[in-house]
This record gives sequence, C-alpha cells and structure tokens, in this order.
Amino acid sequence: MKALAARRRHPAALIALLVVGLITVGGLFAVLSPMQRAQAGAPQVSAQDVEAGKKLFLANCATCHGANGQGTKTGPSLAGVGAASVDFQVGTGRMPLAAPGVQAQRTEPVYFNQTQIDQMAAYVTSLGPGPGIPDEKYASGQGGNIARGGEIFRVNCAMCHNFAGSGGALTRGKYAPPLKDIEGKHIYEAMVTGPQSMPVFNETNLDPEAKRDVIAYLHFLDKNENPGGHALGNFGPVGDGFFFWLIAIPVMLGAAVWLGKKAA
Amino acid sequence: MSTTAHGESAPVADRGPRPAPSPAAKKIGGVLGWFDDRTGLAKPVRYLMHKVFPDHWSFMLGEVAMYSMVVALLTGVFLTLWFIPSAGHVEYTGSYIGLNGIHMSEAYKSTLDISFDVKGGLLIRQIHHWSANFFIAAVGLHACRIFFTGAFRKPREINWVIGTILLLLACIEGFAGYSLPDDLLSGTGIRVMEGFVQSAPIIGSYLAYFIFDGAFPGEAIIPRLYIAHVLLVPAILVGLVAAHLVLVVVTKHTQYPGPGRTNENVVGFPVMPVYAAKAGGFFFIVFGIIALTSALVTINPVWMYGPYDPSLVTADSQPDWYMGFADGALRLLPGWLEFSALGYTLSLNLALGSIVLLPVAFGLMGAYPFLEAWVTGDKREHHLLDRPRNTPTRTAIGMAAITCYLVMFLAAGNDLMAIKMGLSINDITRVLQVLFFLGPIIAFIVTKRICLSLQRQDRELALHGRESGRIVATPDGRFYEAHEPIDKYTMWNLVDYDAPKPLELTSGEDARGVKSPTAKSEKRRAAWSRFYFSDRIPPVTPGEVAAAHHDGHGHEAIEGGHREAVGSGSHSAGH
Repeated sequence: MKALAARRRHPAALIALLVVGLITVGGLFAVLSPMQRAQAGAPQVSAQDVEAGKKLFLANCATCHGANGQGTKTGPSLAGVGAASVDFQVGTGRMPLAAPGVQAQRTEPVYFNQTQIDQMAAYVTSLGPGPGIPDEKYASGQGGNIARGGEIFRVNCAMCHNFAGSGGALTRGKYAPPLKDIEGKHIYEAMVTGPQSMPVFNETNLDPEAKRDVIAYLHFLDKNENPGGHALGNFGPVGDGFFFWLIAIPVMLGAAVWLGKKAA
Repeated sequence: MSTTAHGESAPVADRGPRPAPSPAAKKIGGVLGWFDDRTGLAKPVRYLMHKVFPDHWSFMLGEVAMYSMVVALLTGVFLTLWFIPSAGHVEYTGSYIGLNGIHMSEAYKSTLDISFDVKGGLLIRQIHHWSANFFIAAVGLHACRIFFTGAFRKPREINWVIGTILLLLACIEGFAGYSLPDDLLSGTGIRVMEGFVQSAPIIGSYLAYFIFDGAFPGEAIIPRLYIAHVLLVPAILVGLVAAHLVLVVVTKHTQYPGPGRTNENVVGFPVMPVYAAKAGGFFFIVFGIIALTSALVTINPVWMYGPYDPSLVTADSQPDWYMGFADGALRLLPGWLEFSALGYTLSLNLALGSIVLLPVAFGLMGAYPFLEAWVTGDKREHHLLDRPRNTPTRTAIGMAAITCYLVMFLAAGNDLMAIKMGLSINDITRVLQVLFFLGPIIAFIVTKRICLSLQRQDRELALHGRESGRIVATPDGRFYEAHEPIDKYTMWNLVDYDAPKPLELTSGEDARGVKSPTAKSEKRRAAWSRFYFSDRIPPVTPGEVAAAHHDGHGHEAIEGGHREAVGSGSHSAGH
C-alpha cells in the first residue's frame, strides 16, 4: 500500500487509473447489457406471447412474408419453419432484412431483445409446427466430445465453412459465413433449419449428441490459442502466401537492400 | 575456412616488409601447411579468396535462395529424426485434445507429435516450411533479376538453364514436402496430382497406378514421396546448386554498367575479407528473418486440417503459393474442355493446366536465352548487365509473362477474393479468364512504352543536361531555362548501352536468281528482329552531344570543365 501511495503522482498513474476505470465500466456493461443476455431453456409460450408476436410480426416482417406469414413474391411462407428458424434469423440480426441481396448477413446490433424474438417465434410456431428452440443441454456444447465433433465437422461442414470455420465462398456471391464466436444455440438452429444455402441436418441425420459435439469443437477452436503463432485467419495456404509476399518477402528484400547499401 | 583465408590473404594485405608471424599464426600456418602438402588446396583456396565480386543488392537474391536452402536442409534433418513416412493406421493419443482418439496414419500422427510433443518441434517444422517458401521465392526473384538485366546471355546460358531446372525442382520438392504429413489438405493436393497424371492421354491411368502402386490413395505414396523429398530431389538440387556456383566462378559475375566497368573487368571487392564478412553476416540475417517469421506466424497448421480421408475436402484447399499458378490454371479452364472422342475421354480441362502448362512454362523460360540469341544473332560475350529500360522488348516480354503468371496465381485464390471483397466467384473467374489473354498484351504494350519513355528521358538528359529551373534573360531579350550538364558518372550510365538495329532482310536469292536455302528462316528472323528492335532509342553519340551544345540550348552551360565531363562520358558510348 505504501509503494502504491508513493507512486500516486507517477505519470503513468493516470493512465493506469484510466485503464482500470475503462475495464470496470466496460466489463459491467458487458455483463449487464441486455443484448448479451443468453436465454436458457425453451421459453414458456402463452397466448399473450403469440398476440404480442403477431403485432411485432405485422410491424416488422409482414411486408415480405405477408400479413399472415403466408409468403409473398419477396419472402417465403413461414408456416412450418418453426421457432428455431425465427430465433436464428432474428437472433443473429439476419432478419429483418435490411436490403435484398444474394444472402442475408449477420448484423450487429440485433434490433430485438430475446423476449420479443420469443414472442415472434411463438407466433410463427402458431402458423404451423416446426423445429423448436434447441435444448440448452445440447446447444451449449457443454460436455461434448471435441475430437468427435471435429471429425463430424470435417465430414459435414468443412467443405463450405473451411476446416477451422473461417467461412468460404459459394457460387455467385453467396458464402458460408465464418463460425467464430457463434452462440451454440444459433449453430444448433442453423443445423436444424438449414438457412439460405445451407442443407438441413435433422435429428436423424446428426443426432443431438453429434450436434453438441460439433458445437463443442467450434467453441474449443474459439477458446484454443493457436499453438504456432499468428493463425493468419486460418484461410489455408492462400493466407500464408498473402502474408509471405506482402510482409515476409519485403522484409527480406529490405534486409538485402540495406546490406547492399553498406559500403563494403 | 576463415583461418585459411587469413593465412592466404596476409601477403596481399601487406605492402611493406612483412612482420614476423606470431607464434599462434605459425602454429596455424603449420597445420594448414600439413593439409596443403597432402591436398594441394592452398592455391585454389587462395584463388577463391581473392576472387572479386561486384556489389549490388539484387545480386544478393541468389544468396537468399542459397541460405534458405541451407536452413531447410538443416531443419529437414531434424524433422527426419521423428517423422514416420508410413500410412500405417494408428489412434491419436497425443497432447492435442482436438484430435484425441481419432484414427489416422502414422505419418500424420508423427507430424502432430513433432508439433506438440517434441521439444521445439513446431518451431523447427515452421522454420522448415517458411525457409522452403523463402527458397523458392528467392529463386524466382533471382531469376527475374537475371532476366531483366540480360545476365542470361552468352556465356551464361547454361547457368540460366540450370537455374530454370532448379526453380522447377524447388517447386516439386516443396510439393513433395507439404504432401507428406497426410493431413486433409496434403491428401487433397496428392489427389489433384493424381488427376494431373490421369489426364495424360492413353497412359494416364496406368501411370497413376504405377505411381500409387494401385488405386488412390493406397499405402505406397507417402514412403515414395518421402524418399523423393529427403533424398532424390535434394541430392539433385544440391548438385545443381553446386554446378550453378562453379559456373558463376568460371564465367565471373556480371556487373551493372558504370564508370570504369567494362566487358573485360570485374569491379568489386575480393571475397576475403569483404564478402566473407558480408555474405556470412547476410546468412545470419536471412536465418534470423526466417526464424522470426516462423516463431510469429503459423504455416500449415496440420492439426486444424485433421487426418486425410479421400471422401472429404475443406474450403480453402489450395496448394502452397508456388504451385498456385497451376491450381489457378485449373480454376480458369472451362469444364467443357473435357470430352469423349472415339471411346476415350480427353480431360483437357486438367491436362492443359498441368501436364501441358508446366513443361511449356518452364520450357519457354529455359529456352529464352537461345531464342533471343537467334533473333539478335549476337555471338559476343556479355559481362555488363542491361538496364531493363534499354532492352524494351525483352523487359516487355518479361512483364507479359509475369502478368500471365499473376493472373493464374490470383485465380488460385478466387474463392478468398470472393469472400474478402464481397464479389461473386463466378465474376472473378470470368474476369481472370479474359485477363489471362488480355493482361499480357496490355502489360507488354504498357511496359514497352514506359521503357521507351524512360530511354527518351535519358537521352534528353544526356543531350541537354538537367533542367536547373533558372530562367536567364539575354541582353537581346530572349529567355531560356539554363540546363546544367550532368557529371560524367551519371552520363556513363545514360549512354553506355547497345541498341541493335533490326536485321536487314537480304533479297533471299543470289545474282543468278537461285533461292537461298535459308531464305525462309532469314525472313522469320528478320520479322522477329523487327519485333524486337524496330522501336529503338539509340544511345547518345559524342557527336550528338557536341551538336546539342552548339544548337543554342546548352551553350551557356558548357564551359571549361563541363565540356570535359560530357566529352569523356560520351566517349564511352562509342565502345
């Protein structure tokens, strides 16, 4: 304590104080912010929820999906897509679509809170049954077999999403998005509903345990520090070559020019 | 080696009476004398130590290549101590939990063990891979330097051909290397290679069966690639590098033109002590940069790819960059090039980008010195380098070839360009397909025009000197900008070059009207000569300089010493 007091007028003290303050405030915001709050478990659905969901739907979705969710020329019918689809599309900010394009993109921030999303999901479920919100037990990926998940990932996902989930290109501007730092629930829902170009991996195709393992593997990749240094985005040899010719080779040439300039 | 050199260089360094050698030097001299008595090496070593090399940073590209190769050889030896070149089936139980319990080949498992369980193994693996990248890049850049400065001309054509073979072998060696770990990416690369082989008409499938000892993937390919990678190709590489270096010593190193540098001399410093120190230090710089890169940046994270399984593929399956042009060619070739005729399937979509592209590209590269010599009919020896601008057509051909290469190279990354730039992969491919044909033509024209403009500017500078920005009013009311003459060192660089005229076509028949048997070939040669040399900016002659100084532009500046400066500079242009 004495040492701390002695250094209180050190020029770096102000900066240190600022850093501590920013981390505290930022951390508190991150913990308390409504956007980050993950909802656990399948929500209880009531008639009020459906009613509230319908209101939200009419205000935000009906332009494209029709007043009764029956679909229009610009948007598909929502009967039977299920709560999982709504939770994924709205929860990742893909819907409501900002503008028509080749593919709906993940956007931040998400414009609805989880309660509103659940209400819309309840309304869409009332149009026709479909895949529900996944059980937190599987969607969290907790306790999954990482290595088995990796194998399942390489068999089913890597051809589009890349070996490390860095994403990949599809035809005509479509793409498989990167899978870094995605909530387990959304990964699960994407597998069950097959959004956009993605195929559906239903429960007989990949059982809930397999899906849990895939999520566990992806979360392992998120947390696992790359052992060999900077991973260059895990884009394979193209990333390596990009770094090599733009940074490593200029450094090497710079060394040659520098030494060449030195009078012998 | 260095102690030998000290002993050898002592007589040269000393001008006055030699001081008595110290006891230590006497001892060293005794040991060296013992060796010399038995090997007679003192004389050749002294010759090498006194060998003079010219100095320029671009001459160090070849050194980067050689040093990177040494680093790759050293680290490669380390890796062989642990790598198991076998397709034998094992279960992984090492420290990387992402693959715990997964079944894989011994080759892949041992690569993982090197990465995670051998001390320093991952760093050495990355040094090995990065140094191989530096090796191939440096060989390529070195080849560019040789090409654009005309260092491949007589008497160095053999060394150019050796260099071309080295570049090809380096690429093959790299491919064999990154194919060994048997991860998903390397297996995909081998699968593509199998496709290349199979695309050979008639013999393709037999050849593939021969290489893989049966159907793909089999168990034979990894041991076979291993022996190619650690013994066969490196032995040829090292042998050719040795021959390459011997030829550099025999033909002497080229030098850039400059005052005092002629076709008959080499201006520079002796190996001992200057180049021994400089090159020795540069080795450590190269090693240091490679080690730093390897410590900071991952290359080929095999643990991410998982074990190879012929039924799987991952997005971003690309070869290392040096094979990228071939992969790009495959991505550019349209699918309709595969068709069946007379009961045979001809996969031109594959064959054109591989078994045709590689021999044609490297064949043209190796043959270029001979093609150019045929066009120019030049049988002289050349030890002075060309400035690229002074050979506009050659420079333009080089840039066209590089453009062609770059288009294929970029095409190999079309999927990543699509995601990163938010474009459609189809559009990118289409654009690159067009650019493959159009790009080289544009590059040729643009480069040639730039070279000619630079030559005109040089000519202007040589004739009229530098614009001083000083406006002078004469008593009779005329205004002009004073031009300052350039010094003779600069002048030398501007005027000391050859600009051959296109060959004149003789009538092709003699006085009696008998056609010359070589008429056709001569006609072709004349056409090529026109292509090369019809746009020419001749170097400034002494007469032209004198005339320029009398035409009223520069007379005010040509006084006393300046006249001498310009005179001696332009004198050299005549030789």
